[in-house]
Amino acid sequence: MKFRKYFGLRLVTWALTILIGVTFIFFIPRMFPTDPVENMIGQIQNRSGQMDPTEMAALRRSLRLQFGLEGSLWEQYVNYLQKGLLRFDFGPSLMSFPTPAGEIIGTYLPYTLLLSLTSTLLAWVVGNIIGLLAGFRKDKRSSKVLEAIAICIYPIPYFLVALILQIVFAFILGWFPLQSTINSMGGLGAYLSSLLRASALPAASLLLVGTGWWIISMKSLSAATAEEDFVQYARFRGLSEGRIGTGYVMRNSILTQITALAMSLGGAFNGAIMTEIIFSYPGVGTLIQKAILQSDYNMILGCITISIVAIATATLIADLIYPFIDPRIRYS
Amino acid sequence: MLKIENLCASYHTIDGQVHVVKDVHFDIFDNEVFGIAGESGCGKTTLLRVLYDIIAYPLQIDSGRVVLSGEKKGQPFHAETGNIRKAWWKHVSYVPQAAQSVLNPIMKLKEQFLDSIPLSDRGEESKEQTLARVQAYLEELSLSPDVLEAYPFQLSGGMRQRAIIALATFMAPSLILADEPTTALDVVVQRGILMMLTRLQKQYRNTLVIVSHDMGVHYQITDRIGIMYSGSFVELGPTAELFAEPLHPYSRMLISALPVVGDKSQRVGIPGRPPSLKDPPPGCRFAPRCPQAFERCTQEVPRFIQVRPGRFAACHLLKEEVGAHA
Amino acid sequence: MKKFWRNANGRLKTGLIMTAIFLFIGFVIYYIPHVNPFFQNTYGRKLPPSGTHPLGTTSLGQDVMWLLIEAIHNSLTIGLIVATIGTVVGVLVGLVAGFSGGLTDRALMVVTDTFVVIPSLPILVLMTALMRGNSTVVLLALVLAMFAWAWPSRQIRSMALSMKERDFIQTAWFSGEGTMQVVVTEILPYALTWSLSNFMNATLSAIASESSLAVLGLSPGNLLSLGNMIQWARDRNAIFARQWYWIGSPIVATVLLFIGLFLLITGYNDYLQMKRGR
Repeated sequence: MKFRKYFGLRLVTWALTILIGVTFIFFIPRMFPTDPVENMIGQIQNRSGQMDPTEMAALRRSLRLQFGLEGSLWEQYVNYLQKGLLRFDFGPSLMSFPTPAGEIIGTYLPYTLLLSLTSTLLAWVVGNIIGLLAGFRKDKRSSKVLEAIAICIYPIPYFLVALILQIVFAFILGWFPLQSTINSMGGLGAYLSSLLRASALPAASLLLVGTGWWIISMKSLSAATAEEDFVQYARFRGLSEGRIGTGYVMRNSILTQITALAMSLGGAFNGAIMTEIIFSYPGVGTLIQKAILQSDYNMILGCITISIVAIATATLIADLIYPFIDPRIRYS
Repeated sequence: MLKIENLCASYHTIDGQVHVVKDVHFDIFDNEVFGIAGESGCGKTTLLRVLYDIIAYPLQIDSGRVVLSGEKKGQPFHAETGNIRKAWWKHVSYVPQAAQSVLNPIMKLKEQFLDSIPLSDRGEESKEQTLARVQAYLEELSLSPDVLEAYPFQLSGGMRQRAIIALATFMAPSLILADEPTTALDVVVQRGILMMLTRLQKQYRNTLVIVSHDMGVHYQITDRIGIMYSGSFVELGPTAELFAEPLHPYSRMLISALPVVGDKSQRVGIPGRPPSLKDPPPGCRFAPRCPQAFERCTQEVPRFIQVRPGRFAACHLLKEEVGAHA
Repeated sequence: MKKFWRNANGRLKTGLIMTAIFLFIGFVIYYIPHVNPFFQNTYGRKLPPSGTHPLGTTSLGQDVMWLLIEAIHNSLTIGLIVATIGTVVGVLVGLVAGFSGGLTDRALMVVTDTFVVIPSLPILVLMTALMRGNSTVVLLALVLAMFAWAWPSRQIRSMALSMKERDFIQTAWFSGEGTMQVVVTEILPYALTWSLSNFMNATLSAIASESSLAVLGLSPGNLLSLGNMIQWARDRNAIFARQWYWIGSPIVATVLLFIGLFLLITGYNDYLQMKRGR
């Protein structure tokens, strides 16, 4: 019974998170004095000189329509929720007019998902294993060294780690390309190998920071779990240290880490965006950067809406997995 | 079964050494229920831990040792402080204070049972066969086999403690050490647990050592009892005799604090507090609270002597029976 | 103070020393009179490190060392402003949610959780992109503060929930003290020790967010921050020209500042835990 309530509550939270998030990003631009339409008209006038007033009024109206700025604020809001949130239709992209922004995002998104999901999960697994060993044998020298390394890497912002890796491995050592380019012409083999080469450094920077965090948190968590009565008693029961480590310390600490994983996805996504930009990796981050440079607001809004939905959903999935692992939520 | 030889143990802290077990010397016999009594903080739990060989920082053994020896299925076994660990669960097991936290909260009981059965004991058995044995054992203890499918939080406190006792006795150890096994439970449940423990002991004819601050528990189930005060035994002897005629003033006070059916007079608690182990008084440690203390008590530590056959005490008021040894 | 130092763990000490050095550079050395490093062509271009220019000059003829010092000053200032706003708002929201309970609590928590979960960077990007051209340091700080309050608010709320059950609060309540008085005299002191680590955390993430925006070219163009310094050096091809002092010094400074702050945070948390444990 409580199980069903848990699911229901999570679903409601999920829907509310997305709703609040997109409402926020809908109203923010409208609170700023800058008007994207006037900006565009200014740009067009700069390029093609003065326009005649009727032509300009027509242009203004059509631009307002494309930006979703027609009608009352409430109508615009409902329109945005219907089109943007339910159909991922954000209007045409202005930098590659008239292709819909949603379509372009669709081609960039898989690369971002590939990069951020694999590196996040890999960092979680690797970091937790190392953290567990370090916490379980906290007096070993190797544990202390590993933790010290993690402490020196984790606090550095993603883009800086990316920048340092780029300077060292791409520029000085020349092992990797400075900018990620993906070869989509030369068949599957060439495509995959170029994808791998292009993703290596971005993935490495995401992995370094992520792993660092999971080492630090898992270490203190498992060290605390190892002090619990049931671990002590497992020892009295004559269990091997290996069995205590996996079945008792790990199994209990990992629960907390699953929740923590769900909470960390937003941050990991931020990191992926920054890393993509440093390496010009063809993902949503780079797309956002391009859109900013060319004032493509539909595109920016689309990218943000989709990232909010994606992150909220990933968090929901992590939350829904939780009760399958923690019987206390399943049965009580 | 168990020989405790001149045992001294202490906690090493930043503020200095604290002697928690001081010159303890006694034997625990085969097939008996031995009780260790005393107020909280007298060192009885620490003593039990030393008997079980759980010696981890800051606890340290300063001198003496514990020797465990016996026979199981015709095979003799022998272990002493430092390697009693190897006998854990097979020859000696430990029942902790009843608490939610002693079992892994997210693991079914059956898994925790399997964890505690060494592979050598399971031999070629499949998991199911081993569990069938566990099930049969639980039924023997009149515990529902459903317990195996439950998580610890799904059981009541009493049920959980029974399951833990089943867990601790499944391997038929020769010695069971129980640390306040009934303290956190209500009286009715407490009785059930005590009956289960004594029934098991009678059936398997093994040795049960039970630590409790509750003199009532000792009166009900123990054969012999040792009374601890401030890290040492002050009196030790057969329970019935000791309750009938306590020799040491401290035992007398503990026993007179017990309620007696039909007696309506006011029960007197023991005035004062046990001394700090960090900075114990010179002489007899009980002297500051003892109504019969005299000058010698505050100067000289009384020896733990045999006063009558099988009865030992440490008090200047008592005389050693000539020709006997502890 | 002496006692604090003796009880402090290694991390806390290292973190304190590192952070103190940065504060000293940013708020003491900064005030030594010097030529505004923002001006271009003050000195020769691309000069190697020397006695007069310990870290050399840029390809625009600016002194790298003073650029760096000013960048540290500005980044720290932004971080502290954002952290102050975020912590104050967060503590207030968290206390209100935790102590009022019911519908107020639930509504506040849904909003708070949203701000914890949604990725902050894209939204910061949207806002700063809209402000481009007329963005100022104060505006930027306000925008960054929008994402700095949610985490402390969550923490303070759960602290408030557990405090509500503690004996001394109950006693204060029953003895007839008003809610306000209880909050101010009994809870705020607790909340403050808690929020100190949140405050340092918020400082750290605000500096990180600002530098991320700088790399996107979205930090105000007149703000000489660590992030902007790195970005300007990148824009001027400092990497390809191998002007390591120019691009390297803000990178190294940022890394050290972050490690120092992080050590301070974890060290402080461990210290609190140890104090509570005794």
